[in-house]
Amino acid sequence: MCLGIPGKITEVYDQQGIAMGKIDFDGIQKEVCLAYLPDIEVGDYAIVHVGFAITKLDEQAAQETLDLFREIGSLEEELGD
Amino acid sequence: MTKELNFEGWTCPMPLRDHSNIIMSHGGGGQLSAELIQHLFLPAFSNEQLEALGDSAVFDLGNRRLAVSTDSFVVQPLFFPGGNIGHLAVHGTVNDVSMSGATPLYLTAGFIIEEGLALESLGLIVGSMAAAAAEAGVRLIAGDTKVVDRGHGDGVYINTSGIGVVPDGVTIGPDRAEPGDMVLVSGTIGDHGMAIMSVREGLQFETSIESDTAALNGLVAAMLEETRDLHVLRDPTRGGVASALNEIAQASGVGIMLEERKIPVGAAVASACELLGMDPLYVANEGKLIAIVPQEHADVLLDTMQRHRHGAEATIIGQVVEDHPGMVVARTGIGGTRIVDMQVGEQLPRIC
Amino acid sequence: MKYLDEYRDPELAGKLFDEIRETGKHHWTMMEVCGGQTHSIIRNGIDQLLPDTVELIHGPGCPVCVTPLETIDRALAIASSPDVIFCSFGDMLRVPGSEKDLFRVKSEGGDVRIVYSPLDALKVAGENPEKEVVFFGIGFETTAPANAMAVFQAKQLEIANFSMLVSHVLVPPALEAIMSSPSSRVQAFLAAGHVCSVMGYWQYEPLVEKYRVPIVITGFEPLDVLEGIRRVVVQLEEGRAEVENAYERAVLREGNLPAQRMLKDVFTVCERTWRGIGSIANSGWELSDKYREFDAAHRFTVTDIKTQESPLCRSGEVLQGLIKPNQCQAFGTVCTPRKPLGATMVSNEGACAAYYRYGRFAEVESANT
Repeated sequence: MCLGIPGKITEVYDQQGIAMGKIDFDGIQKEVCLAYLPDIEVGDYAIVHVGFAITKLDEQAAQETLDLFREIGSLEEELGD
Repeated sequence: MTKELNFEGWTCPMPLRDHSNIIMSHGGGGQLSAELIQHLFLPAFSNEQLEALGDSAVFDLGNRRLAVSTDSFVVQPLFFPGGNIGHLAVHGTVNDVSMSGATPLYLTAGFIIEEGLALESLGLIVGSMAAAAAEAGVRLIAGDTKVVDRGHGDGVYINTSGIGVVPDGVTIGPDRAEPGDMVLVSGTIGDHGMAIMSVREGLQFETSIESDTAALNGLVAAMLEETRDLHVLRDPTRGGVASALNEIAQASGVGIMLEERKIPVGAAVASACELLGMDPLYVANEGKLIAIVPQEHADVLLDTMQRHRHGAEATIIGQVVEDHPGMVVARTGIGGTRIVDMQVGEQLPRIC
Repeated sequence: MKYLDEYRDPELAGKLFDEIRETGKHHWTMMEVCGGQTHSIIRNGIDQLLPDTVELIHGPGCPVCVTPLETIDRALAIASSPDVIFCSFGDMLRVPGSEKDLFRVKSEGGDVRIVYSPLDALKVAGENPEKEVVFFGIGFETTAPANAMAVFQAKQLEIANFSMLVSHVLVPPALEAIMSSPSSRVQAFLAAGHVCSVMGYWQYEPLVEKYRVPIVITGFEPLDVLEGIRRVVVQLEEGRAEVENAYERAVLREGNLPAQRMLKDVFTVCERTWRGIGSIANSGWELSDKYREFDAAHRFTVTDIKTQESPLCRSGEVLQGLIKPNQCQAFGTVCTPRKPLGATMVSNEGACAAYYRYGRFAEVESANT
């Protein structure tokens, strides 16, 4: 369920009392509602679903997950098969 | 007391297939379009040229082989990033004629104009058509104009028909794909469909994506200069590359195996597809062709295409196989396989 | 795209497949709850590359598909009203009601529009004050904050011609229903990452305690799905049952608190029927009393809804595992993916369609070798 994709916040502004912003998804820009991420700043990444940023993307955790994947592979290689 | 719950093997409810009225999907280039053609138009007009189901029909006249095609353009909005309905009306028909290997020579145009359309808009559209025709080297030699009441059309609809001459020794058709043939595409896919989507009401987004609308007769001529031994040419408009390849697989009774990683998709188009939950294989193109050619000519044709300005990003994306006749299968990015089926109707943005 | 492409790396995927193959000594059955994950599994061909020790059951996590037939019929009736503009997410348009779908309503003259966001529907309402604008508010917890905001805004800005037909469904009660079912074969769950982005995963902890079934919060890209499966296999092999977060970049234990506060204000929990599954207590959200005036089900009195699923095929028995698809007389003869009789032959994930396609595929493959 629930298609959500990561994008980078490029603008934050207020529209009729609601926090809105622009998000860049690698070549396309879309206006999204930022009301649920009060601490989000320009330059942050967020996951967007139906025009709403629902969670800030933790860039450090993203990197750690990838490092973990690489480690899984290399451990095996060290064991030599 | 609640009903018994059954989660295992749970599936989505089936979409409706039997409609007593025409719905938009009948024009979407997918299965419903195919069914309309198969069950209504073909039986009514039954003849061998029509039944070949090529982008254009080829017939003999005297000692000449001619190709003819017709296409109607109903795009909304009329002006979109990268072009307007006038460009499409010329390019679309020039391309359809070219897909039989023919050299397109003449076009006709019918305009159905909605009362209230700004004359300036019509002027721009007609100007674009003239420029596109001149660039493609075709002449528009007959036309018709009708005006309908306000509210009965989206500004303007244009129908164009085209006629061309098939060079000697050229036999190109959707039923000619053979196992071993290579599948080439002339450049990035999905640009036109996503350019339209970006300005569609309710879905708008900002992007530099532009329609790829272009006349491909020059590219086809360059390819035929290299070799006349091309098996299939197709411009993957509505329904995208996936639908075009499914039609070819069925017409030729062969399977097609795609390498998903090799399919060229622009970064912005890929992002737009992610955002809307769409698959670029099903998004429309207006300036791309698929070529299915004997393996021994594939590399040299690829080189020829890449040297032409409408084929700079041409790529070999797959191969025709004996297995799974009538089906298109893709090897996915991680090395799995998936079936690239024909869509029921047009692709819709999804949330899940 | 950044933060998507990295998680599609074929080399790392290969390593994760190897790791799953080596870790899994026994046969394990797990359910990916989410339709988005099912989509990713099919789209990437993950199912065919997994070892035989891992069996995936596709869960009911497609909000479009589980929307009850009665609600679809109600939507179709409302959308057919001449003074209504009916706005919906794209994927709802093809979902069949008893007799028709939203496409057919549109072909009969209904003003049915696809929007990307519920706020777009609110905009349509602002631009068309003489019309009633109804938004089809479906979805899981991920979509609920967006729908809640549209209703909240409508009240703040006094957009009286806007209303929402709400049919929200909730994951934890559905998981518990599956866990507590005596016939369930599910030994572990891959939980839906984006639902947890909103709601967190603390709600799953008591379930895991009570039923001793591992739950791993999982993302949507191939590497995310594989990592979820790998962690499930590790837990099962070690005899553990814990909640694990394998989608740390997008999910916190507590979820999104501002979104949860809005949800609490706008919605109240209710019983909900899941199409094709049945009624589950406390598994839905409806508009709270405070926002009742924006409830399309109250604003439009629709009577005389008689729901009827197609009785033509034996997909029910297929779904319950009583017969194999090819034991149905219609299979492959009058019932094919091109002319399907039942849901299981239509959907890409459907048992009959998979049997037909891959069966055909496998037959041809073996004939050629």
